[in-house]
Amino acid sequence: MKQKYVYALAILLTVIGVSVFTYKWRVLGFPLTDNQDTTVWTLESAIKFDSGPGSIKVNLLIPTLTPGFRVLNENPVSRGYGFSLNYGSSGREAQWAVRRADGPQTIYYRISVYEDASAEQEDTTPPFPPSPVINEPFKTAVEVLVGDVREHSADTGSFTTELLRRMNDPSPDPNVELLLSSAGNRADFVDTVTMMLAEARIPARMVHGFPLTGQQRHAEPVVWLEVHDGDQWLYFNPSTGEENLPDRFFVWWRGNEPLINVEGGSGVEVDFAVQENHVDAVAIAETYAAKSNARLIDFSLYSLPISTQAVYSVLLMIPIGALIMVVMRNLVGIDAFGTFMPVLIALAFRETQLFWGIVLFTLLVALGLSIRFMLERLRLLLVPRLSAVLIVVVLLMLLISLISHKLGLETGLSVALFPMVIIAMTIERMSVVWEERGPSDAIRGAFGSLVVAMFAYIGMGIGWLEHLIFTFPELLLLILALVLLAGRYTGYRLLELTRFKALAGN
Amino acid sequence: MFNVAKKLRAEGILGLNERNANFIMRLNPRRLYPRVDDKSITKQLALDAGMAVPDLYGMIENQREVRNFGDIVAERHSFVVKPAQGSGGDGILVVTGRSQRRRNSFRLSSGLLISKAEIEHHISNIVGGQYSLSGNPDKALIEYCVRFDPTFDEVSYQGVPDVRIIVYRGYPAMAMVRLPTRASDGKANLHQGAVGAGVDMSSGETLTGVLQNDITEEHPDTGALITGLLIPQWNFILQLAARGFDVTGLGYLGVDIVIDRDRGPLILEMNARPGLNIQIANCTGLSKRIKRIDEIYDPAKKAEERARISRKEFPTQRQTSILFDV
Repeated sequence: MKQKYVYALAILLTVIGVSVFTYKWRVLGFPLTDNQDTTVWTLESAIKFDSGPGSIKVNLLIPTLTPGFRVLNENPVSRGYGFSLNYGSSGREAQWAVRRADGPQTIYYRISVYEDASAEQEDTTPPFPPSPVINEPFKTAVEVLVGDVREHSADTGSFTTELLRRMNDPSPDPNVELLLSSAGNRADFVDTVTMMLAEARIPARMVHGFPLTGQQRHAEPVVWLEVHDGDQWLYFNPSTGEENLPDRFFVWWRGNEPLINVEGGSGVEVDFAVQENHVDAVAIAETYAAKSNARLIDFSLYSLPISTQAVYSVLLMIPIGALIMVVMRNLVGIDAFGTFMPVLIALAFRETQLFWGIVLFTLLVALGLSIRFMLERLRLLLVPRLSAVLIVVVLLMLLISLISHKLGLETGLSVALFPMVIIAMTIERMSVVWEERGPSDAIRGAFGSLVVAMFAYIGMGIGWLEHLIFTFPELLLLILALVLLAGRYTGYRLLELTRFKALAGN
Repeated sequence: MFNVAKKLRAEGILGLNERNANFIMRLNPRRLYPRVDDKSITKQLALDAGMAVPDLYGMIENQREVRNFGDIVAERHSFVVKPAQGSGGDGILVVTGRSQRRRNSFRLSSGLLISKAEIEHHISNIVGGQYSLSGNPDKALIEYCVRFDPTFDEVSYQGVPDVRIIVYRGYPAMAMVRLPTRASDGKANLHQGAVGAGVDMSSGETLTGVLQNDITEEHPDTGALITGLLIPQWNFILQLAARGFDVTGLGYLGVDIVIDRDRGPLILEMNARPGLNIQIANCTGLSKRIKRIDEIYDPAKKAEERARISRKEFPTQRQTSILFDV
């Protein structure tokens, strides 16, 4: 009956722990290992213009939907301008306005993004475009061409590819030639293609973006073609007709509207720069979670002050020590003084390192024990005697620190980190066992404590585990589940196999 | 390794984890613990039930009363000082007599002389809680020193041999005789080095013994055979043990009984967490017998009947052969 409850509870804890862990790992993107960096791209557009006599209004199209990327942060930088964010027909628009400005002006808009394959395009399915109004003789040319391409294609994708192939043909047919006669640059070319796709009732639009590759001081926006096939947006290289997207293509704006519109200014120049940074993955996950209003993150340890974080990074390892303790006591069967004494000793070992930790612990206990035996002769009452042992332990720690400092052994100073009350209790307990059950039992107990402490130290010192527990404290629920299960473990302890060996023979 | 575990499982050997989780936790409610953890309460409960216990000469409950020690033992030659809440036999002082010349000097069971002041210090340590299970202040009991039955004279090195019986849900399940050795300093606790000898439940005859987890046939100090000794008044001892359950209500109980040469079997103490070495002494697993008791368990049965059933259910052949085989 109780067994069932324990299993149910353990399963519940595991499920909660694992699901929170998976959510934070998979959805919020918390890193599993330490020092995991994420590449962050910072794109900056600098708008330069000469101010006119009147008021100035600057409109800049800025990224709205960025498939494959998530926005870490964005900020407009300008001096003395009022800033507002509007939604226009082609997406978001940043607007700066000022009543009066003198001389050349520079306005910056900066956006930091990082790659995230799961950042899908959350775009709505566009309506079928209306038939464009085209004048003759272009109208006939478009109709002929569209009809011809339709004959040679099966669906939206192949239609677009076929159309682009014909438009890019080095020796184009007369209709194409006619249509492209007024297309000066790639944007005009893509505009013409969009118009023809509209004639075929295929929603299409021009996208402008940047393939992010390293540091770029002057980046030119690249024009690409976006076609909707009824389910999703497809991307086509307008100059080859291939359906693809350049590596790390960051979409800045869509449509054929001008990127920038400056009222009351002249000599407008827009310059783009791209910068690559590496930012701690945890920080990015935090920012993302904060943006998406994940309540969970309010309870993240990273939101605590740094000094408190340092404390918790150690404290959160204590359950690991406790688990090791449980394994050692209930599964292996090692005897140790005090339930959690070895864990606390292991914590002290973190500062002293293992070798010096063992040396100092042995020294302290041995000296304390010999003085405890001297105190025994004075026949003191229990509590005063315990206090006397405690004071002796403190004095011994001081003495060891001073002597090792004089000898130039700085590690000896860390003896001060031993939990002195625990050591005093250990000495007292050991001396009682020594007298009652003989030195061998006492030494075996002390040795057992030391062995458990060593294992606990090793377990609690695993770097990746420390990071994992600190980033995903919910994993402690798993440890709790394990401890609960161990609490109902009724099998033999490892050392019992030796103890009862004589009985297994017959 | 798993092989050993499997064999032990097949033999029905009870492990510590299983004992704790399945029997102590389940059958021994914590509120009943004081009945056995505090020996003064155990003694009173046993007396109320009309069971024989060693006489209590006096009790010292706080430091101020330590000086009463002299008065308590004024008329006594031998006595035992023990902590009421001690565990594993720690803190017990067995005084067998006084020095011929100085009345304030006492002779311990080990033969050593000890002064009155030293005993008083020991008592104040007991009262201070040095030997108590929780470290809390304790009481010191001063009681009758058992003059044990001559049956075990040859197989005891000083101290008092006693009979430990595991009582499961009121049915005596397994028994052993614990014989003090030089190493155990006259104490009858196995982990202190005493020898334990298994007992045939039906006849009360000793089987082979266990010394520090190993099987032995002779006493390490006297060299006398420890097998084949007949425990006197065996039936009464089993009844006494079975009644231990009625008194304490603990379903998994260890009852320690000494046999006084004049007064017969006396309940020395009871234990809510009896050890498992008794299995080695008997070369038998406890789980088997526990299973059998679960099958035949009948709450209506009286202690006398339960003792009789156990005698019938759990006979053991003397297993001297295993030693000569190797």
